[in-house]
Amino acid sequence: MINIIISVFLLLGSFFALIAAIGVLRLPDVLTRMHASTKAGILGSSLILIGGAIYLQETEITVRVIAIILFLMLTSPIGAHMIGRASVRDLQSKKDIIKDNSQ
Amino acid sequence: MTSAEFLDLSVYATFVMVMLSLAIAFVRLALGPTLADRVVALDMMTVTIIAVCGVAAVATGVYALLDVALVLALVGFLATVALARFAERREARQKGDPQ
Repeated sequence: MINIIISVFLLLGSFFALIAAIGVLRLPDVLTRMHASTKAGILGSSLILIGGAIYLQETEITVRVIAIILFLMLTSPIGAHMIGRASVRDLQSKKDIIKDNSQ
Repeated sequence: MTSAEFLDLSVYATFVMVMLSLAIAFVRLALGPTLADRVVALDMMTVTIIAVCGVAAVATGVYALLDVALVLALVGFLATVALARFAERREARQKGDPQ
């Protein structure tokens, strides 16, 4: 029974990781690509790590897995925010250049 | 099929899917028109490699791989922040340049 639960966690996690990668490849612009990679990617790797914690069944492993998941969920919005700010400023300055040239 | 065989099979399937997503993210890293696209693809690859560490810990039973995943989570965040700040500063420098 526990093997089935671990398998379901692993397969769900890899499915979400694959969806995130396809989103990063196929979506049209930086901000939507970031949306795919941060949300679906973190969910996929968290599910895989939870499956590993259930499989190994030791306290130190579980603590480590919880630390990894908490750290990913704390840091990925910060990183996405910084990349998004940089790319938005990039787009704005490109628009300004086009305006300057047209005047 | 017993449940242990199903677990083996799903570990193999997970390896295949995670490696496929790593390859797809690498395609975006190679294609990516701007620097921000490449940083996003690199971030995605870091998260996927953390998942690979989790699957390898299940497949082999070596739980030191989870330490690798923890360190990778820390270093990957620093890499993303450093590259994003680099992109922003480069942009500001190009804008401030009187040409």
